[in-house]
Amino acid sequence: MAQMTMIQAITDALRTELKNDENVLVFGEDVGKNGGVFRATEGLQAEFGEERVFDTPLAESGIGGLAIGLGLQGFRPVPEIQFFGFIYEVMDSISGQMARMRYRSGGVHHSPITVRAPFGGGVHTPELHADSLEGLVAQQPGLKVVIPSTPYDAKGLLIASIRDNDPVIFLEHMKLYRSFRGEVPEEEYTIELGKADVKREGTDVTLIAYGAMVHACLKAADELAENGINAEVIDLRTVSPLDIETIIESVKKTNRVVVVQEAQRQAGVAANVVAEIQERAILHLEAPVLRVTAPDTVYAFSEAEEVWLPNHKDIVEKVNSVMNF
Amino acid sequence: MFQILNEDGKIVNEEDVPDLSDEQLKELMRRMVYTRVLDQRSIALNRQGRLGFYAPTAGQEASQLGSQFALEQEDFLLPGYRDVPQLIWQGLPLYQAFLFSRGHFHGNQMPEGVHAVSPQIIIGAQYVQAAGVALGMKKRGKKNVAVTYTGDGGTSQGDFYEGINFAGAYKAPAIFFVQNNRFAISVPVEKQTNAKTLAQKAVAAGIEGIQVDGMDVLAVYAATKHARERAINGEGPMLIETLTYRYGPHTMAGDDPTRYRTEDLDNEWEKKDPLVRYRKYLESKNLWSEEEENKVIDQAKEEIKQAIKQADQYPKQKVTDLMANMYEELPYNLQEQMEEYKEKESK
Ligand SMILES: Cc1ncc(C[n+]2csc(CCOP(=O)(O)OP(=O)(O)O)c2C)c(N)n1
Repeated sequence: MAQMTMIQAITDALRTELKNDENVLVFGEDVGKNGGVFRATEGLQAEFGEERVFDTPLAESGIGGLAIGLGLQGFRPVPEIQFFGFIYEVMDSISGQMARMRYRSGGVHHSPITVRAPFGGGVHTPELHADSLEGLVAQQPGLKVVIPSTPYDAKGLLIASIRDNDPVIFLEHMKLYRSFRGEVPEEEYTIELGKADVKREGTDVTLIAYGAMVHACLKAADELAENGINAEVIDLRTVSPLDIETIIESVKKTNRVVVVQEAQRQAGVAANVVAEIQERAILHLEAPVLRVTAPDTVYAFSEAEEVWLPNHKDIVEKVNSVMNF
Repeated sequence: MFQILNEDGKIVNEEDVPDLSDEQLKELMRRMVYTRVLDQRSIALNRQGRLGFYAPTAGQEASQLGSQFALEQEDFLLPGYRDVPQLIWQGLPLYQAFLFSRGHFHGNQMPEGVHAVSPQIIIGAQYVQAAGVALGMKKRGKKNVAVTYTGDGGTSQGDFYEGINFAGAYKAPAIFFVQNNRFAISVPVEKQTNAKTLAQKAVAAGIEGIQVDGMDVLAVYAATKHARERAINGEGPMLIETLTYRYGPHTMAGDDPTRYRTEDLDNEWEKKDPLVRYRKYLESKNLWSEEEENKVIDQAKEEIKQAIKQADQYPKQKVTDLMANMYEELPYNLQEQMEEYKEKESK
């Protein structure tokens, strides 16, 4: 099996689907000749030509609308939004249009679109480049929101997303792009959307996370193990819709939960996870479900970034408080 | 294309030569040389990890400083991320520009008398806001203008069209600059639009548009001065496209211009260099010398050194500072988190 970084796995998935299906189109700002600002589309224009892989003018709302129109013509658009912080520019296309296409046409039309975008902190980007805005899209019925945490998952999930007939927002944490390698099969494979993955089995407490925070949880779990606390780590992989079954099964086993997200406390996915758990499994809980998140400010680009971002120590601390509740 | 000085520094358009004193003519050169040094130093500081976000400006001095030189102190500036030099010459202290680069909020706090917002990261956002500032000035009866900048790529954003259209509809005193440096990161302007010029986009909004040689500081100055006069006389906004070039990468964050630009193109544009051409012009009038230029270079280097020191000494930004800036009064969640992070920061 090949060893790949996450960005290589993503390029590999795009190449696989460009080869498999001539309706797949990859486009966005700088994705062509430049191969994307992170090189996720490196070499694809040379291989598949400008008809299949192309640069767009600099307008996210234009990119979103174009994708919807191409989708209506039977294509499978895979547009890139250069940084997820620019999602506000294309919010109408995503939430107001793509997500509603199936519903408002009574199933006659759909939006088989996969919007890819890098996001996430810790890499010292300027304002509105690192923000974790997955909560905004996860809140929109009609969309699937996928966030891989390993190269293996990235390839399988991206291929599945491109083949999915509903619009998928596929978010790639910038810090994970090149920080490590993992085994990735050269052949094609898919990972079912909407399925979480137990990244580490445990009995005492469940840590629920996605993206880069999965790695913080795994690190915390190692540290907790030294103190005799056996943590289970669930990687949601799809943050909307949630894999309730895997979550509740784990809660029934461990009876204690900490939900971890890089986004601010008042933003996003964790609050929904907590609500689902308390509605479905409150009698299995030995302690309140706690959250580890960033504070409720705008993203702390640069200097204060390291303190602002949640880390494994914060997770250990929260776990200790649910253990000692 | 509107031009006053050709590539040899010769006047080609006698009737539009602006009425500037010798001192003013020299000041323009001083600013361009200073800004070129600042760009070189900023790139070096960035490579040493002493700056954060930085978008190179070399090549664009005539466009940036010629336009700024035509403004009054009370005019309002809405820059894009590459337009830090204009802010500095409007009065933002250098050490604050360095703090802006590092993402420190003090770099965004305009000192009293500097009428500006900090450089916009979201492409196009400043254009619509400029229409609002200009309309506000008109409603207040001020004799001032709102001035904003974007690049050739920025003209594709919806905000660009909305901005010029709104300002046109209200006859608001705004000046919209498009610094056409030929590339939006890697995408050449020919792939950005099928329009022959970017200035012609003004037609659709029913406002004046002009294409200017952006390597000719006198032309940029004259065009801006003209736009300013029209605007404060109630004749409405103007769109000014300056044809220019950035020599460096798009930003210092890993962009490699050799992937999309040829050496031939670089050489072609370096021949048009705004500093070389204007130096020739000033020398022909006996207004500039090597000695004078070296003085400016030395002074710039010294001031930059002092400013970076001052930036280093400025208290580091903390998460609790961010919290304090979110609302006028802290809501419950931030009150709680403030305590938590004070403790975290004290460790
Ligand atoms: C809304 C938005 N989309 C994308 C970006 C990323 N981005 C930053 S600069 C840039 C290219 C801008 O090109 P241009 O407008 O020509 O200005 P230049 O950098 O050449 O001065 C892009 C795509 C951004 N900052 N904001």
